[in-house]
Amino acid sequence: MENLAQIAMESVNFQAIMPSLVLCCFGMVLLLVSVFLERGRTAPICWLSIIGLVVTGIISINGWNDPQAGFAGGVVLDNFATFFNLTCLIAAGLTILMSDSYLHREGYPVAEYYPLILFTTAGAMWMASGTDLMTIFLGLEVLSVSLYVLAGFFRGQLRSNEAGLKYFFLGAFSTGFMLYGVALLYGVTGTTKVAGIAEAIRLMPDASSNPMIIAGAILLSIGFLFKIGAAPFHMWTPDVYQGAPTPITAFMSAGPKAAAFAAFMRVTYISLDSLQVDMSAMFWVLAVLTMTIGNFVAIAQKDVKRMLAFSSISHAGYALVGMVAWNEVGFSGILFYMLVYTFMNIGAFAVLVLIGKQGEDNLTLDGMAGLGYKRPFLGVAMAIFLFSLMGLPPTAGFTGKFFIFAGALKAGYVWLAILGVLNSAVSLYYYLRVMVYMYFRDPVEDFSWVKMEMATIVSILIAIAGVLYLGVLPGPVMELAKLSIF
Amino acid sequence: MISVYHYMILSAILFAIGSFGVLTRKNMIVIFMCIELMLNSVNLTFIALSRHLGNMDGQIFVFFVMTVAAAEAAVGLALIIAFYRNKESIEVDDFRLLKW
Amino acid sequence: MYSNLWLIPFFPLVGSIINGLFGKKIKNEKVIGGIATIAIFLSFLVSCQNFFRLLGDTEKVHQQILGSWMSIGILNVEWGFLLDPLSALMIMVVTGVGSLIHLYSIGYMHGETGFYRFFSYLNLFCFSMLMLVLGNNALVMFIGWEGVGLCSYLLIGYYFEKKSAGDAAKKAFVVNRIGDFGFLCGLFTLFWALGSKGVWTLNFVEISENAHLLQSGGLLVTVVTLCFFLGATGKSAQIPLYTWLPDAMEGPTPVSALIHAATMVTAGIYMIARMNILFAMSPTTMMVIAFVGAATALFAASIGFAQNDIKRVLAYSTVSQLGFMFMAMGVGAFTAGIFHLMTHAFFKACLFLGSGSVIHGMHHAYHHAHLHDDPQDMRNMGGLRKFMPITWITYLLSCLAIAGMPFFAGFFSKDEILWWTFASTRGSYLVWIIGTIAACMTAFYMFRSLYMTFHGEQRTDVRAKDHIPESPWVITLPLIILAGLATIAGFIGIPHAIDVAHVGNGIASFLDPVFGQAQQLHNIGIPEDLAHNVGLEIGLMCMSVVIGLIGIGGAYYMYMKKQELPAKFTGAFPGLHKAVFNKWYIDELYDFLFVNPCKKIGTFLWKGFDVCVVDGVVNGIGWVVKGLASGLRYTQSGFLHNYAMIMVVGVVVIVGYYIFG
Repeated sequence: MENLAQIAMESVNFQAIMPSLVLCCFGMVLLLVSVFLERGRTAPICWLSIIGLVVTGIISINGWNDPQAGFAGGVVLDNFATFFNLTCLIAAGLTILMSDSYLHREGYPVAEYYPLILFTTAGAMWMASGTDLMTIFLGLEVLSVSLYVLAGFFRGQLRSNEAGLKYFFLGAFSTGFMLYGVALLYGVTGTTKVAGIAEAIRLMPDASSNPMIIAGAILLSIGFLFKIGAAPFHMWTPDVYQGAPTPITAFMSAGPKAAAFAAFMRVTYISLDSLQVDMSAMFWVLAVLTMTIGNFVAIAQKDVKRMLAFSSISHAGYALVGMVAWNEVGFSGILFYMLVYTFMNIGAFAVLVLIGKQGEDNLTLDGMAGLGYKRPFLGVAMAIFLFSLMGLPPTAGFTGKFFIFAGALKAGYVWLAILGVLNSAVSLYYYLRVMVYMYFRDPVEDFSWVKMEMATIVSILIAIAGVLYLGVLPGPVMELAKLSIF
Repeated sequence: MISVYHYMILSAILFAIGSFGVLTRKNMIVIFMCIELMLNSVNLTFIALSRHLGNMDGQIFVFFVMTVAAAEAAVGLALIIAFYRNKESIEVDDFRLLKW
Repeated sequence: MYSNLWLIPFFPLVGSIINGLFGKKIKNEKVIGGIATIAIFLSFLVSCQNFFRLLGDTEKVHQQILGSWMSIGILNVEWGFLLDPLSALMIMVVTGVGSLIHLYSIGYMHGETGFYRFFSYLNLFCFSMLMLVLGNNALVMFIGWEGVGLCSYLLIGYYFEKKSAGDAAKKAFVVNRIGDFGFLCGLFTLFWALGSKGVWTLNFVEISENAHLLQSGGLLVTVVTLCFFLGATGKSAQIPLYTWLPDAMEGPTPVSALIHAATMVTAGIYMIARMNILFAMSPTTMMVIAFVGAATALFAASIGFAQNDIKRVLAYSTVSQLGFMFMAMGVGAFTAGIFHLMTHAFFKACLFLGSGSVIHGMHHAYHHAHLHDDPQDMRNMGGLRKFMPITWITYLLSCLAIAGMPFFAGFFSKDEILWWTFASTRGSYLVWIIGTIAACMTAFYMFRSLYMTFHGEQRTDVRAKDHIPESPWVITLPLIILAGLATIAGFIGIPHAIDVAHVGNGIASFLDPVFGQAQQLHNIGIPEDLAHNVGLEIGLMCMSVVIGLIGIGGAYYMYMKKQELPAKFTGAFPGLHKAVFNKWYIDELYDFLFVNPCKKIGTFLWKGFDVCVVDGVVNGIGWVVKGLASGLRYTQSGFLHNYAMIMVVGVVVIVGYYIFG
């Protein structure tokens, strides 16, 4: 808060939106360029978009420790935003790396795919740096609209259609609730600025019993909870994750989720600080519900993609524990965990991208049988990602979870931490089952169709490096996460 | 005298009607119209509150919402058309491939 | 001074990585085995150096901090190692026994597919175990704790073509995870409990220093220690989580010797010893530990009676001996428990390796004769003494040690434990009685296995009979060394009562810096009047020797003299024998009580909840809504509607709760 006040308030400050601006420009130029390429040639666009992400990343890093505010306080590019920007950029980069060969294999070599990912990322960055509900809303919509298209990208496939439509309808539905919440908060406080709302609520004598504030705060949260995939707003997650193209699923589970957490944290921590008791209690229930539903239902899944979708629900639950804690340890824990989750989950999906046949009907548990012996590298990579998802040391999944749970313990939520540990223990069952199929079942198929595409391998290697580095030497990144809290 | 509360109540009713429509209608186009109704009820709230507070933020917000709704409409209709080409239907009950 | 501690886990890690990455290309078994063995042997040398340096040092607690691991504001977790007498002793056992077993494995695993894989896992196991033992904070210990579980899983499932091996591996992992859950719960509760007093730490030294902040005997410390004890029961195979260990015998025999007898299964004991100060603060927990240990010792020994698979006998014997160690921990005899841990590592590793040598020979003979009989079934053995003299003599010495015959290693450690259960301020006669009975049974079934295997008439198929070879030197050398240790290692812990030469109880004074404080603070020990009652102690000692002899004699009588007796016994009590033979039906009970319901809950939540309940509720509410909206005209149920409905219900419930609740 004090930091915010020190930042010079200029109306137009392009510095403050530079990363997303650059990314949007790249996206639009790439759309243009793609027109001049012959049909089916996507590789140049793919590499150009990687360059775009790298350039944006460099610009973001340059802005570290140099907070910029602009547009009448509607946008701020502080360390918090930069941390999330980088997380989203990493997610987008890993996704794009694994996409090109995948698009060709599935028969949709369409160049618009890459600009759409860039727009999604720009929207995500917009959300992370929005300090006005209006800018956050815009970011959310830029992100969502691009994602609706990407989820339904394989337009000849019914599954992809269904994923796109379900995501679209439910997403638009939740947007309605969120907007209503914004309107109510605006009505009570007379502003849509995050800091202004906080000020107005603080001055109100009985804010936590004012129905308009409470309803507004909850409805606003719905929009974020929907994007995060927290129960009971998680219903879209498994279907959409299963039906969407696999790289998009990977991306959705990491980048947009991180962005939603970013905006959610900024809004709750700053605007709704006076309602901490009520909000924490709500998050407590939702966190437990989310973890439990995700984990228990995942047990019954045979389709690995769908199983990972439920697992991603449960991971949203773990991250919500940091929101319950409502202290700097918990919040910086979420920052760290989102980065960790980006590496481990996208890595796992990248392995699935490689071992899938056209149409991806073989991504079931039975289809994984003997993978560890037929394709040792992919087996080991998958094992590392699964260990990290289970939360076993010394992988990043462990340090990330520990960080968040330490925040909960600091705030005195022992039971929550124990329920979290219990859930991790349950989650072991379905992650382990994949391992069992990979290593303790005789191969049914010889995996001869698996082409070790260089770019996908690179993204797997980056993910492995990330998981191990953040597991063994997370100190520096944790330090950054701590410095990133407003 | 019509006060801001009347507008708020009206928009709340519109919002409720919109969400009931989403929950009950089969036709995707109709569902989409219901969602638009929800968004527009919010717009009404914004404008009423903006007038009441004497503050322009709400009205600006409405413009953004309208723009976004237009973008969503484009994408949503495109998705519906893609589905129609594959299945010859625009009923929500006709997609149940992804379940359980 | 102690700056090379990190090398101890480092060498096996390097060995594991080399074999894991390049083993397939190296192909040469001698090179692969050599790399692995040298790696662990180098750790052994470094351990020796540190151990002897510590012996001569007056300062007994040393930490080496390699660097920061996690820093999360309230707490800084380090990559750090802790060397004190307890961990020094443990690293000696782990690297020493580990080196011998690596050497043994070169011979035993000869010709197996995936030879490199085996040694890579085995090295990785040693690395994890050493991290567990050396970690200076609970999280580094937890890495080791999980790591040993993982390696045990990989090694049990080594012969994964066999379905039973895969199942056993999975069972071990899942049961261990239940234990890990306990460990983590204890960890978090302790972390929070100390943190709420202003000390956020996970460092063992700091935990010990600040333990006094918690109320001694209070509920909190009892809960914390019970959680940790749950963790220990998983890892160390105690009631109720012991069932995985006998199944774990599906792994290769060296694995059983190293992981499931000498090292990993003692991790639970080590953890309790490491946090002895917390455990000492809760008499309730200590009592629970003592009784669980005693019950396990007795129960597992009774199952050991009826097993015919030589490795399974040893597995139940391990569970039973671990029970003895827990008994020791429970009555405050921390030193005796660790002492028994050490002697047990020697004689049980020797027994397992001996059984491995026998299996190796039997396998060879069957292979030669193209037979497919079970090489582990003792009913097919007998009279092997003349074919495998070295294996026989080492097996015999270890049996004498485990039976507690005078002046063998087990005699000193077991008697110390029984003496403490009898005389300690935290002791109990009931525990002592159970322990004594279990000791008698141990002697019985161990000698039963000895007689059935090495003595009497040879029952092997005639075609294979004369082709049983003695094992090569890489197998017999470790046997000889371990048998030697099993014979003489006890003399480092001569009890006061029979210490005629006044050499003193070496291990007790060595470990005193670790346990002395807790024992003094919480009044744990042998009361004065009993401590000087030499007659009583010697009397009890003689009694337990006699009881051991009874066990041995019984086995001799039943299995050498009157071989028809066991069959008669079985005939007389068919139900009892069947129950014992089937391990008291514990596995079936677990399947019935836990596994099946869990599966059912999963399916229920999926099919029942998602499809029936949610759909039902949603349809119900939807029906009302529709009735209001369009006059009951349309009845429809599509999934999109359900999802939207659930969202609406969520919104309404939450908003309703906060506004009207």
